[in-house]
Amino acid sequence: MNIREMIDVLQGKVLVQNHDPNEELPLGGAADLMSDVLAFGSEGMALLTGLTNPQVVRTAEMAGINVIVIVRDKTPPPETLELARDSGMTLIRTGYTMYEACGRLYKAGLPGLGPVKMVNDSW
Amino acid sequence: MIPGNMSNQEITKVQELIYSTRVESVMASDVIVIDPSMTMSQVKNYMRENRISGAPVVSEGKVIGIVTMNDVIRSMEEGKLDSPVTEVMTTDVRTVLMDAMVAEVVNSLGRRGFSRLPVVDHDDKLLGIVTTGTLIRSLLLQMDKSFQKNEAEKLYTYRASHIFQDISSDDTGLTLRYFVNERDFDNAGKASSLIKRSLQRLVVQPQIVRRVGVAVYEAEMNLVIHTDIGGEIVVEVRKDRVNISTVDHGPGIADLKQVLQPGFSTAPEWIRDMGFGAGMGLANIKRVSDVMKLTSDPGHWTRLEIVFNFGPDHLLPKAELEKSLTRGSQ
Ligand SMILES: Nc1ncnc2c1ncn2[C@@H]1O[C@H](COP(=O)(O)OP(=O)(O)O)[C@@H](O)[C@H]1O
Ligand SMILES: [Mg+2]
Repeated sequence: MNIREMIDVLQGKVLVQNHDPNEELPLGGAADLMSDVLAFGSEGMALLTGLTNPQVVRTAEMAGINVIVIVRDKTPPPETLELARDSGMTLIRTGYTMYEACGRLYKAGLPGLGPVKMVNDSW
Repeated sequence: MIPGNMSNQEITKVQELIYSTRVESVMASDVIVIDPSMTMSQVKNYMRENRISGAPVVSEGKVIGIVTMNDVIRSMEEGKLDSPVTEVMTTDVRTVLMDAMVAEVVNSLGRRGFSRLPVVDHDDKLLGIVTTGTLIRSLLLQMDKSFQKNEAEKLYTYRASHIFQDISSDDTGLTLRYFVNERDFDNAGKASSLIKRSLQRLVVQPQIVRRVGVAVYEAEMNLVIHTDIGGEIVVEVRKDRVNISTVDHGPGIADLKQVLQPGFSTAPEWIRDMGFGAGMGLANIKRVSDVMKLTSDPGHWTRLEIVFNFGPDHLLPKAELEKSLTRGSQ
């Protein structure tokens, strides 16, 4: 699935564009916890999130993510938009809830990470 | 304790001083203090008599607030000169411990716009005060040479463009140093982002850059979220590894085992609303790094050391490296 197809599936709106709409997305993921993004985010993943603060952009950047989808039609504050612009992040907004946005993308063929196991859980 | 490992750096005299001098030796100890029983009108006269523009309000030896000329002016405008000083003063006072390094003060005074910092001992008793003036005077005395403010600023705003000039040979490391302010969510993550980009420009392998990025970001957020005084990140890039340490003189950690448990967090609700405070930070750092060591003296400091080893081929060949360095210094 490429970025354009993802926008179609989500009936989304591009808030900040830093990528060619034809760019392929290898997989998707969803998180509302920054540490989850860091733990499970992977290079090139499209991140669906309900968070809109600038930290979400910084966190994604650290995890090697460069496409963020904000769910439930939330409007991010200007600082988030500005940071996204500066750090080469593409920001998309959709009216679907997290559940439905994920479901639609998965059904349309955007895969996830598969089962992840948290190694070293007790130490 | 001295933050970071300075052994492999070329450091200027001032830098050496701010990292090796303790606050108590640069403070003014004859502090003019305000008694909590004073009214604003008395404060006004007192400040004028003593030619000062602000002073700590002290009760039983402890700083309970700080009052400045601005507060006096505001009380005049609002017709509150009869109010007790305790109603007008700022109660959220930033203090610095007597045995903290001067570097910490430079950071607070320089970057945060505080003009004076009360110095306290470990029982929170007031010992003295540091202002930009007292600081510069004592550093000047110690350096015995002219002191330019620009020179001092250079020390803690380490620009990415400088780092490339600092690599002197293959076996000495390159050190990046960043100060991180507590609760400063506007800038939180900036240091990590700069560190990540620097490593990319140094052509460190992408997987390692990513792991370092994750660890240093979690560590930076801990300084932002869990300290009351910010802290410092030092990244040392060696030929065979990256060493990262964060040091803060914040609250410290009483039970190290407990905080290392995945899921354990003391972050307040509003932090959780921002998506932080899942208690997975240290676990994430542990998972992505080769060595992690957390030490603390509760009430005094916390230190986190993280090591990433490069495999034999992790830095690209020398020719590539040189190419990237020329690119970087443009
Ligand atoms: N620099 C620090 N100073 C004091 N306490 C800290 C520091 N870093 C971490 N902690 C403590 O360790 C706990 C766990 O940290 P972490 O695993 O990063 O999770 P989180 O940051 O989500 O709470 C924190 O909630 C806090 O109590
Ligand atoms: Mg944390």
